[in-house]
This record gives sequence, structure tokens and C-alpha cells, in this order.
Amino acid sequence: MCLAIPTQITEIDEQQMATVTLGGVERRISLVMTPEAQVGDYVLVHTGYAIAVLDPAEAQASLETFAELAVIQEELDQRADEIH
Amino acid sequence: MKYIDEFRDPALAQQWIVQIHRDAARRHGARPIRLMEFCGGHTHAISRFGLRELLAPAVELRSGPGCPVCVTAAADLDRAIAMADVPGVILATFGDMMRVPGSAGTLYDARGRGADVRIVYSPLDALEIARRHPQQSIVFLGVGFETTAPGMAAALLQAEADGVPNFSLLSLHKLTPPAMRAILEAGEVALDGIIGPGHVSAITGSAAWEFLPREYGIPCAVAGFEPLDILSAIGALVRAVVAGEAAVINTYARGVRPQGNLVAQQLLARAFAVAPADWRGFGVIPDSGLALRQTLAHRDAARLFPIEARPAPQPTGCRCGDVLRGVITPTDCALFRRVCSPRTPVGPCMVSTEGACAAYFQYE
Amino acid sequence: MEDHILLAHGSGGILTHELIRDVFARYFANPYLDDLGDAALVGELPPGRVALTTDSYVVQPLFFPGGDIGALAVCGTVNDLAVAGARPLYLTAGFILEEGLPLETLERVVVSMAETARTAGVVIVAGDTKVVDHGAADGLFINTAGMGVIPPGVDLSPAYLQPGDALLINGPVGDHGLAVMLQREGMGFGSTLKSDTAPLHGLITALLDAIPGQVRCLRDATRGGLATVLNEWVTSSASGGPGIEIEEAAIPVREEVRAACEFLGLDPLYAANEGKVVVAVAAEAVEAALSALRAQPLGQDAALIGHITSEHVGRVVLRTPYGARRILPMLTGAQLPRIC
Repeated sequence: MCLAIPTQITEIDEQQMATVTLGGVERRISLVMTPEAQVGDYVLVHTGYAIAVLDPAEAQASLETFAELAVIQEELDQRADEIH
Repeated sequence: MKYIDEFRDPALAQQWIVQIHRDAARRHGARPIRLMEFCGGHTHAISRFGLRELLAPAVELRSGPGCPVCVTAAADLDRAIAMADVPGVILATFGDMMRVPGSAGTLYDARGRGADVRIVYSPLDALEIARRHPQQSIVFLGVGFETTAPGMAAALLQAEADGVPNFSLLSLHKLTPPAMRAILEAGEVALDGIIGPGHVSAITGSAAWEFLPREYGIPCAVAGFEPLDILSAIGALVRAVVAGEAAVINTYARGVRPQGNLVAQQLLARAFAVAPADWRGFGVIPDSGLALRQTLAHRDAARLFPIEARPAPQPTGCRCGDVLRGVITPTDCALFRRVCSPRTPVGPCMVSTEGACAAYFQYE
Repeated sequence: MEDHILLAHGSGGILTHELIRDVFARYFANPYLDDLGDAALVGELPPGRVALTTDSYVVQPLFFPGGDIGALAVCGTVNDLAVAGARPLYLTAGFILEEGLPLETLERVVVSMAETARTAGVVIVAGDTKVVDHGAADGLFINTAGMGVIPPGVDLSPAYLQPGDALLINGPVGDHGLAVMLQREGMGFGSTLKSDTAPLHGLITALLDAIPGQVRCLRDATRGGLATVLNEWVTSSASGGPGIEIEEAAIPVREEVRAACEFLGLDPLYAANEGKVVVAVAAEAVEAALSALRAQPLGQDAALIGHITSEHVGRVVLRTPYGARRILPMLTGAQLPRIC
């Protein structure tokens, strides 16, 4: 369950309310659960609250893992071709 | 859209699918590797991107009870509808709840006969309604798991701090690990691995699922909701199953930390106490619900509007319970597609877009 | 003049006459209407079959980015005629006003209707006004009926769909539905998204002229969106209709619409449009149809999105970018924002 989407913080006010944006759509959300969030950070938003600050290094690491698999795949396919 | 589009790359997804089939083939045994996607969000995404078909026959995906709409007991929904019918009450809730059948109709039906039922995006929007309508009593019908409950807690605590007296909650919030445990304890379905709910885990932490490998010997991969997230979690589970290893694997590390969101956990603890909860399909599961703490008793709609919850009979032939426990797939239900469809839903699993029946309905 | 609509504005007395004179007749001014007779006498029609249609408009909010209920009431009816292959000629307009509606609001709506009708080249030849008690309507409802003529040689129907026919759309889907939803009270969203409300008959005439005899049928993808139109086509005949297959990746969707759908858990394929037409053409006419559409301001982003098939008769199947196929069913009710 739980639709939560990655949005970027563009503004923060004193009441821990922030404006976030995704693809040109903006909304005011609460940062009460992610007080560490800064302008420019990406946060996961669920029902008007940021529930997590996204970790860009971890995201990058995941994407690299995906890409590595692709390379391994290609090698496997090549080897399979050579055998046949 | 950053953090969305790059996790939807079709070419990479296809390579993962090939790899999953390749890995799964290394396992001896006649039946496919059976994984449960606990979370309704995963059920929905798996349908939307068509992953179920692409992974068959190597991997069989069973839907779990992680759809808050689906597991809301009909009796609880009846109570909410009765509250909406009280003059002077504005019932606010998420759009998801509007079409769920209670034993005598839906919230839509209540609205049709004059009840003031409003759809909001956020509990904060409902609090705003309370501020604007001081003469009326705003009851929030709160459904959802660990992901949703902290926001509800924050809104209640804010109502306290700001002195907004006319804002209360009917808490049908539920906790996910006890339901997972109930499925495994019942032993009705043999599962090889669990796809863990990513956004629940953003709050609870991936560590909340350690009991799965420790006590039941099965691996759990906490997953995000984009195709590559789901496929990499399934890939990790298949490899773990083939290797005979059981562990919690966090494939959604960009949003999920092992210990979760401590601030959100504190909010939960300040507003709620763990209590038994009635799950559709399961019955009452101990320690699986969130009731308002004594300090917030004056915001507990269950106390403010004491409406007796009458046990609601299951519609004849409806097997939502078995679907929610992962015992059957929707197509095994005799009502599926013949009597029960999104247009004429018999049970809640056909109503919610996260419900397994609604998701399966979209397949040939 | 009063500031607000009173019940007396619908009584047929002095206030009614003032309202007609100062608002409706003033902005809709044309020879047919100026007679203020009981029926408009429009005279001879050009050759062809006469097409009639009617539709009621109840949108909230009344004003939204890219349009308002008045523009919608004209475009919606013009488009219903245009997709039948008709050249829209005359409209009538019926207004249900809620007691207490600011006159200024009504005036803005009427001005917008008049402007839109002028752009669309149609004449509003008759009208009616009723006022209901406060609370009995939501501000303002409009019904428009339209008449047009289908020129000889033009004959469009889903019955003509054949396997292999191509399906096109004139631009990105979901703009109207999401623009309106984001504006709804209590949703709290901001965006630059605009409704696509527009009269389509110019675009459609250009298409019909470019590939005469090659267009099978047309439908404007309003309520229920693209997916609903396609479902109507596959269930259009008693024998079950054809099958349809579309490519998810080929369907144009604006970034803001995608984002709004992510926020609210909606599917753009079911979101309303007010300036989008789904076009079925013979396979050999695809390129000519696309260039004809793209040459028009309302068709610059036209795209080929799928085709008619003899497989899975009676069903619309969507191919995902991952190679999977899923059924795109008929929508069962209005799409609601969801959190799960």
C-alpha cells in the first residue's frame, strides 16, 4: 500500500511546511517527520507528509547495480552465442 | 521525473526478467518460486507494468493483505457510515474508501442520502476543514498502515497544539508485521520469499522484517514501487531461494534505512497505543492495530460517537478473505469475473485499485 | 441591476427581461436571437444529413485554467457534432442558475461562451433561463444543443472499423481532467497545467478533406478519457465489435499530467479531455492523416497510438513498454484520488 512519490523541495518555511515539486506540479507538504530535509533535497511524499529524505548515493548505487547486470547479461549472451 | 523515470527503463527491466528466469531455472523442484507481494501498492504496480505475466512460469506472485482498504472490516466501515449519517458531522477520508462495500452500502451511498462526506489528499486538509467549520464535528476515517498513521498522528497533535476542538479520528490504522506473521502461522500457503512493503519500511525500517528469516527461515526483500525496484527485489529473492539463504535484503535503500524514520515512530508512539484490530479475511489479530492513547481520548471518534459494531456477514461465496491471506489467487474464486467485477464488486478486493481481484481483473 | 441572481430573475417578469437584454442578448447578439421569438428560424440548410446533439455541463470549479463552463458548453457540443463528421452551425443554450449566483460570474461565463462560439463559427440561436432555490444547484448549469450538417460523402461509424486500421490521437491526453482536479477546493495543488478545451471541427474538417473516404470513425475523448472511447468502440456492435491494441509508450502524455497522476494515483488514460479526438483511419492513410493533423494548431502533437485487430475481440489491450499486455477495462466510476 501507500502511494508515496519522490518530489523535490523548493521552499521551506518556519512551520516546517515546504513546497515540493514534481514535473511542474507543486504542493505544500509537512516536513514534521523529516526535520533534516533541506531545500533541493528529494523527499518521498505520502498524504501530504515527507516520510523519508531520498539518499542520492543509494539511488546511484542501485542504478549502477542495474547497469552492471546488463553488462553481465550481454557477456552471458555472447558466450551462449559462441557455444552455439 | 527524477527517481521515477530512471527506475522504469524498459531495456534494463527486460534484462532483469531474463536474468530472473535464468536464475530460477537453477532451482530443482516442480513448482514455481512462490513469492508474496505483501503490499497492495506492489500488486497495483505489478499489474500496471504487466510484470506478473512476464515472470511466469518461473516466479508466481501471490498478493498479500497489504491493501488497507481491502482489510478494513465491513463492521468497521458500517460504523464509519453510521457516523457520517450523524447530523453535524463531516466525515473526511481518502478517495480509496468511498466505494468499499459495508454490509449495507458505501460512503458514496451515504453521501447520496445527504451525509457530508469529503475526500481529502492529506489529514492536514481535514484539519483545515475543521478550522473552517467550527460548528461542525469533523471525523477523519483513518485507514492505512505504518506509512499513513504517523501523518494522522501529526495532524491530531497539531489539532491539540492549535486548539482545534472539533477534529477527531476513527482509527482503523493497522500494523503490517502481525498480519504477515498471521499468514505464516496459519501455514495455508507455502511461500518461498516475501517482497517487503517499501513505504511501510520507510517508517518502520527494514529491520522490522528480521523476524521473517529468523523465525520462519524465509527471505524478505524490501522493495520500491518502480519496475526496476520490484524486479531487483524479485531477482534478489530468487537468488536467495536458489542458494537456500534467508535474510532481509533492502533493495530500496534510497528511501529505507534499517531503523526507519525515528521521528515518525515517535509521533506514532505519542498518539497511538497498540491494540487488537479486526482484519477482513483474518478476524481479530492481537497487537495489530493502533488505538488512540488515553491522552487523546477526546479525539477518539469511537468514543465520541459510540456506535455498536455489529458483526457483518461475509457476502455469500465471496473469498476475499482467502485472497487476502494468499491462500488462493482471485481467479480461484467462483464469483470472479462471473458475478464480481469492478462494476459490481462483491468484496473489497475488487474495489480498491490495489486489491488483488481488481488487479487480476485487468488480465486476460 | 441586482448584483446576484434572484428567484425573480426566472419569473418571466421585469428582472427576467433585463437579464436577457443585458446579458444574453447583449453578448450572444445575432439576427436569429435578436428577434427574441419563441423559436429561432434558421432557414435553409446546406446539402447533407442533419446532425443533432445535446449535452449538459456541470463542472466544478466553474473557472479553471484553460477554460470555464461556458467555453466547455460550446466546445463540447461543437465537438460532438464535429466527430460525427458534421459542420456545426447552430447552438441553443439553456441555463439553470442557482439563486445567489453573482451576476458578474454569469456575465463572465456568457462572454466566454460568446467568444468561443465566434471562434468556432457557430451561432447561438436560442436560449432559456431558469432560477432554482439556493442549494438546489451548484452555481450554474448549462445545457447546449447543437445542429450541424454532414456533407455528402462523409459517413463515419465504428461499424466500419477493420483489422489493421490505425488509431491516432491529436495530442497529449488528460489535460482537462487533471487541470480541473488540481483546482478543486481542498486539493491544494499548484501547476501550470491547462485544460485543453477547444473546438475541434477545424482540425476534423482538414483531416476529412485530406484523406476523403479513409477515415472510419472519430470520437472526442471526454469523460472517461481515451480508454473509455476505445472500449466503446470494441463493444459498439452486437457481434462484439473488433479488438484494439495500443502501445502505452506511444500515447502522448504531458509531464505535468504524468506528475499529477503520480501524486493522486490516477491513470491519465481515463482522465477527461475537452480538445482531443481519437481517429481511426485505413492503414494506408496513416502518414497522410498524421501530416494533416500535425499541420493544424490543435494537432501538432498528433500520434499513432495503436490499431484495430481481429484478436481479443471486444477488448482493448495495452502493450506496456516492458512487453507485457494488459486489458484496459471500462472505467467503473469517476476516478478518485487515492493514497494506496
